Amino acid sequence: MSARPIATTRSAAGMPTGRLAVWWVIASEIVIFGGLLGSYVMFRLSHDSFASDAANTNMYIGAFNTWVLLTSSLFAVLGHKAAEEGNGPKAARMLWLTVGGGAVFLLVKTYEWYEKIHHGHTLSSSTFFSFYYTAAGLHALHVIAGMIIMLFVANTARKNLELHRVELIGIYWHFVDVVWIFLFPLLYIAK
Amino acid sequence: MATAPVTHHDAHGHGHHEESWFVHYFWSTDHKMIAKQYMFTGMAMALIGGFFAYCFRMQIAFPGIDVPGFGVVSPNEYNHLITNHGAIMIFWVAMPVLIAAFGNYLIPLMIGCDDMVFPKLNRLSYQIFLLSIVVLIASFFVPGGGFAGAWTMYPPLSAKPEYGLTPLGASLFVTAVALEFVAFLMGGINFVTTAMNSRAPGMRMYDIPMVVWMIVIASILFMASVGPLVAGAVMLLFDQNLGTAFFNPDKGGDPVLWQHLFWFFGHPEVYVVLLPTVGIVAEIITVFARKKLFAYRTVLYTAFGTGVLSFMVWAHHQFIAGIDPRMANIFTITTLLISIPIAEMMFVYIATLYGGAITLTTPMLWALSFIATFLVGGVTGIFLGASGADIYLHDTYFVLAHFHYTFFPIAIIGTFAGLSYWFPKMFGRMMNETLGKIHFWGTIIPFNCIFIPLFVLGAAGEHRRIFDYTNFSELARPELRQLDQFATISLLVMLGFQVLFLFNLFYSLFWGPKAEKNPWKANTLEWTADSPPPHGNWPELPRVYRGPYEYSVPGRDQDYWPQNAQN
Amino acid sequence: MIEILGLPAASTFADDIDRVFTIIFVAVGFWFLLAEGVFFWLIFRFKKKDGVKAQYITGELKSEKRWITVPHNIILLFDIVIVVAAVQVWYDVKQDLPEEPDKQVVRVIAQQWAWTFVHPGPDGKLDTPDDIAKVNEMHVQADRLHHFQLESKDVIHSFSVPVFRLKQDVIPGRVITGWFTPTKTGTYDIQCTEICGVGHALMPAKIVIQTAAEHAEWVAKNSSVAVASAALR
Repeated sequence: MSARPIATTRSAAGMPTGRLAVWWVIASEIVIFGGLLGSYVMFRLSHDSFASDAANTNMYIGAFNTWVLLTSSLFAVLGHKAAEEGNGPKAARMLWLTVGGGAVFLLVKTYEWYEKIHHGHTLSSSTFFSFYYTAAGLHALHVIAGMIIMLFVANTARKNLELHRVELIGIYWHFVDVVWIFLFPLLYIAK
Repeated sequence: MATAPVTHHDAHGHGHHEESWFVHYFWSTDHKMIAKQYMFTGMAMALIGGFFAYCFRMQIAFPGIDVPGFGVVSPNEYNHLITNHGAIMIFWVAMPVLIAAFGNYLIPLMIGCDDMVFPKLNRLSYQIFLLSIVVLIASFFVPGGGFAGAWTMYPPLSAKPEYGLTPLGASLFVTAVALEFVAFLMGGINFVTTAMNSRAPGMRMYDIPMVVWMIVIASILFMASVGPLVAGAVMLLFDQNLGTAFFNPDKGGDPVLWQHLFWFFGHPEVYVVLLPTVGIVAEIITVFARKKLFAYRTVLYTAFGTGVLSFMVWAHHQFIAGIDPRMANIFTITTLLISIPIAEMMFVYIATLYGGAITLTTPMLWALSFIATFLVGGVTGIFLGASGADIYLHDTYFVLAHFHYTFFPIAIIGTFAGLSYWFPKMFGRMMNETLGKIHFWGTIIPFNCIFIPLFVLGAAGEHRRIFDYTNFSELARPELRQLDQFATISLLVMLGFQVLFLFNLFYSLFWGPKAEKNPWKANTLEWTADSPPPHGNWPELPRVYRGPYEYSVPGRDQDYWPQNAQN
Repeated sequence: MIEILGLPAASTFADDIDRVFTIIFVAVGFWFLLAEGVFFWLIFRFKKKDGVKAQYITGELKSEKRWITVPHNIILLFDIVIVVAAVQVWYDVKQDLPEEPDKQVVRVIAQQWAWTFVHPGPDGKLDTPDDIAKVNEMHVQADRLHHFQLESKDVIHSFSVPVFRLKQDVIPGRVITGWFTPTKTGTYDIQCTEICGVGHALMPAKIVIQTAAEHAEWVAKNSSVAVASAALR
């Protein structure tokens, strides 16, 4: 089917359908991360061994990655602004920069994990590291998914098509960013 | 857009081009076709789940018997059968039929639009659901056999192959459940967004038919509760395969954490499947009593109240599971509180009957029997929610009978009610009333004969998930064994009557009398479309002028007043 | 209520738990019969008759809503009664751990698929050479307070003594302590009530409740064996 159903074009709730749906996606993602991080916090409070394990994380690398993600979110905002102005090619360029930020984040993460595994801290070495890899890994999967979708959105936006999608992927990217802002203090700062 | 004039759907060019047979039945984005896919898949899974029940009930009643069609049930097979019976009936029958099939079919038709807001996402959701079934069924045949650690998957039994003895089966089972959740998350987003945004012009909040409200609330409940279990499923998979230690006490993990993650979802899940059926029943009793729904808003508030409370009761499944005993007191209070909105909901339905003109058609019989039987499930829940009594009753057949008295009315009675009511719309033909009524009595009487004895057995101390009671002298008493045999024979009778249903279903599907647009003289919008509605539903999308339950309004000739009729 | 079904009540709190059961049975039974009675009466009273139109009742008026709100409040009252009864018993059985000078501590070790019960020997203390370890056989003394310590070697099991109306899950990695005081002598079932794998149905054990004299005799007889075998080692 080429045309969209009329259903998609209605907005009885006063919000464009796409944006409404993205918020519901985020709502259901929040509880997924909420469950994982809630479990982590419960463990952390009841197990002293977590603190000594957490001492092995590198706060500077984490801080740098936080900065990278925040910067990429800024590009997503600039992309949204360009899309609102109807400047598709510029919005696409901004999205590419955002994807670049995500790539840097993943590279740093790869180095960090490589180093950790090299020092013998693997997924199965302790409950802290089980959480460390699972939570950050689940987050990294969201970064990768966001980057792939963003490349598709940039590709259509370049041709000045479907510009509203720039905003939608931007909202998602900010969410991914916020998840990291919770992960960073929990895994890197609290020692 | 809400005030924009109704647009012609022809301008959008769908519904008129020819589709290949394959695209029409297997690759369709039409919400009605996807609903039927879910419906028939769910019913096929119900046959598997029912067959499993038959096998293990035969083993319980006649230990060691060579079960016709299966063979001798070994202890591991027994555990495998009960595990998958539970999981299939909840995840692959109740969820797809009640939420996905009725939700997909009814939401666009009842709110007056041409499709779901994301038709392709809808198709993808069904495909992932189908994939989850493939994974589940594959898990039955891998080396070591299918997962056999109960549908609740408590670690360490589920986490370590040396304990559960099903190395691959356990991982595939968890994967299948996780995939099923992903499918329903997609579906849920679609349902909620469609109902929020795509209502027909003129349809205000309180003009939405109850079943749409209920499916939407159920979807939100699902989305808000399933997250921790999705995370938990990932953690369990890692524990099984990658040597993590989330639930492994030897390395500092905690097995009870899983129970919290599971039941935080597991209890709201009960209401996720309950609410759609409650909505279906509301539609049916108003039509066949020709009555306005008593206190529409109260029903809605009780549904919201139940939804909120359902997040605060999960630990009543874990009273004796080693949680802090002080916590049990809080959960006893919240659990008993949740009886109030549910009881109120039932009272509203009973009050709706007052002053009606009741015709006992097949759908009405099913809807009424839901109220009558669900009350049993409701009141027996109080025994289990009260911590003091639960010390004894936990994990006995009393629990089992209780939740079958809730899930059977919800999943089976609700499906039969909805299907017999909307069948004319779905397939354009009428079902046979006589066969329908015989099937009704042939299901409802044996159903009670199965589970009332199980209450007695449970109160006498018989506990669940035991393939043979001969080792327990207190449970091997002949009078208890006879009750078990009575229940099993009732099950055979009930399963036998389902053949009649299948015959009625398929006979009516092809040879039933043609249905008119509005055979039940109902108000809601789906009855203004053709039977069955074409792709796109209406040539011109309807506009709404009033609420869905304006029956027998004084001063009108007709005793119904369709939502889209201008006057 | 439960004794009628052929299951004796053999602990101090068994009667309390049975009483909660009865209270709830009466309370919800009343509501159940009332609701079903009204329900069926309405169905027969308001069956469709020719020429009689249904009434138009919105249920939004206060006078109509009373039919819902009054039962609602009464149910709340019933709920409070049930909560109080249930929580009292819960407190006694699970939250409170009574102490008495002559209490007996028994260690219960669950594994796939057997129970090991470690009883103290004549010295009355656990972890001494005269401990008596028995597989699938627990020996206790009537009218004496017992503490049990539940441990699991592998998966979750559940320690259930139906005649005591007692049940407690056994969690690996934890020691869960509870109590009971038997009131009747005899031999009864101990069940595992949490699915624990293939042999879940093959995990029955017996609890033997004896009088003080009989129990002392059993301890003397078995502990000499235990000490002797320890000496041989």
